[in-house]
Amino acid sequence: MGEPLLKVQGLETHFKTPEGTVHAVNGVSFHIKEGETLGFVGESGCGKSVTMLSCLRLIPAPPGKIIAGEAFFKGNDLLKMTPDEIRHVRGGQISMVFQDPMTSLNPVMSIGKQMAEPLMLHLNLTKEQARKRSIELLGLVGIPNAADRLKDYPHQYSGGMRQRVMIAMALSCNPQILIADEPTTALDVTIQAQIVDLVKHLREELGMAIIWITHDLGVVASLAHRVMVMYGGYIIEEANVNDLFADPRHPYTVGLLGSLPKIHEDVHKKLFSIEGMPPVLYKKPNACPFAPRCNWVIERCWQENPTLKTVMDGHSVACWVDIRNGSKKR
Amino acid sequence: MTTNNNVLIKVENLVMHFPIYRGVIRRQVGVVHAVDGISFTIQRGETLGLVGESGCGKSTTGRAILQLYKPTAGNVYYKDTNLVKLRPEPMRLMRREMQMIFQDPYASLNPRMTVRDLIGEPLMAFGENNSKQIDERVASLLDMVQLNPDFSSRYPHEFSGGQRQRIGVARALALNPSFIVCDEPISALDVSIQAQVVNLLEELQQELNLTYLFIAHDLSMVRHISNRVAVMYLGTFVELADRTTLYRKPLHPYTQALLSAIPVADPTYNEQRRRIILEGDVPSPVNPPSGCRFRTRCPLADTICAEQSPEWREVEPGHFAACHKI
Repeated sequence: MGEPLLKVQGLETHFKTPEGTVHAVNGVSFHIKEGETLGFVGESGCGKSVTMLSCLRLIPAPPGKIIAGEAFFKGNDLLKMTPDEIRHVRGGQISMVFQDPMTSLNPVMSIGKQMAEPLMLHLNLTKEQARKRSIELLGLVGIPNAADRLKDYPHQYSGGMRQRVMIAMALSCNPQILIADEPTTALDVTIQAQIVDLVKHLREELGMAIIWITHDLGVVASLAHRVMVMYGGYIIEEANVNDLFADPRHPYTVGLLGSLPKIHEDVHKKLFSIEGMPPVLYKKPNACPFAPRCNWVIERCWQENPTLKTVMDGHSVACWVDIRNGSKKR
Repeated sequence: MTTNNNVLIKVENLVMHFPIYRGVIRRQVGVVHAVDGISFTIQRGETLGLVGESGCGKSTTGRAILQLYKPTAGNVYYKDTNLVKLRPEPMRLMRREMQMIFQDPYASLNPRMTVRDLIGEPLMAFGENNSKQIDERVASLLDMVQLNPDFSSRYPHEFSGGQRQRIGVARALALNPSFIVCDEPISALDVSIQAQVVNLLEELQQELNLTYLFIAHDLSMVRHISNRVAVMYLGTFVELADRTTLYRKPLHPYTQALLSAIPVADPTYNEQRRRIILEGDVPSPVNPPSGCRFRTRCPLADTICAEQSPEWREVEPGHFAACHKI
């Protein structure tokens, strides 16, 4: 795989709030290659969704503002495109699936009509062609009797089915990148397993790149090739999925993995917990944002914010301490 | 009725149906079979985990035990008292013994009350009106849930989700209960905060000898905190066993599918494990399938499953299940 499909450099997004300017994304850089699945993990407010929304220029402005950065998609900077140009990319070449399928579908529009909209807009299909394609797509995502169900409204679908519809819509224009923002969080485990399975299957069949945003490390472990861990608007660790789970290097990643109960544990151990809460950054920090909660913290962490450094091939960490040698506070 | 001394809660054939009314004259047109005949016991000092997908009746079970709903049929014994038969006033007094922790720490705390009033309210409801004593008790409860006692004059919006959940825990503990229904207490919290609250609940259980009914849909967390685990599907129990047995040797096909669907944060394990992907959705509890309720999605379903409800039986000592195929 050659040139990255999407290459983001130094992205910074701020939000103006009555309490001050929130630094939501602070110089995030990443890339994704064709056919690759990239996982973004982190807790609420860590900036994972805002990063992707910024790339697609879906940040409500005001209060949001992209301060700096570039996002090259096949050689063109998404952040410098005219509104018209970006509209052609959004929903066409890069499409997005959101968390809550109930609020992202229009409740007073039939599924068929909602599905036809992007097809007619991006691919210039006629109404009849769009209808045919919609039926195909619903079949692809495993909705039985697709032809009959086009005239149904979102409330007549179950949660899992609605998410399937959202995926079908996102896939309708053959995107090169599918961005999925917590697509399974609102769903039950058995339905979540169905959706993850479906996405894996579609990935093989259609070969698109996927950016999967989630707080669920389990889902990422079963789906992603490469994972980015975010904290306080920074990417603090980046690695191949196997390296990340087998050999996490950032204290936060270690803490997150440790706070999950092990499904194969038989002996009852106390869960590892990260004390304190994730930060809200009102100014650019000159210390590591994780320092107040970190068990490995050293003097330097309070004076300088570490940047991402490669520790192994394809594995980068933003931390002053090598946790394999560092000493733990508690 | 005499029970084993160690049994704190005994549920017999609990049924909870909600009528559906339609039209101008509010005629009853149907009934939601939220809980349909479940029986189990909870031992003193243990944690019974209750898992299942949304709408399977697990929260309803918790609420019906506490008589927050009047059960359609069945008995609920707390020690030797049948709660279903209690008149309102004795039931009110009984509530000191049993409390609830709610799922959403944003919705379950009145935004216009200070922390002191929120935690002190149950004390006042049961006759404590010396405000100095209430202050002291609130301070000691806040300390118990690891919050700063100086926060007592603050309002809920000044706290984060995890801190609010601690306030909810403190309020539940105010009257020294022995039994607490935890209804998805960690689902609304971030991963790193979940561990904090779970550890707190475990410490309090040891310190105060509490008995928990822990309702959740996160199966790995339930395994972590529970002694025994019950699995619910569409208003009925399908399996109940101690946690190690249930997770190592699940007997019911639904339990097997549910366990195989848990996302595990371990890529190598994920590649090796066998996943059972269930088809379709949970049927509507208004019109549940005949016979075994799981048969419409069960890979093993047979004609007998449609004809007869499987019997709830003790397959091995302490391991209960309801399935024709076991």
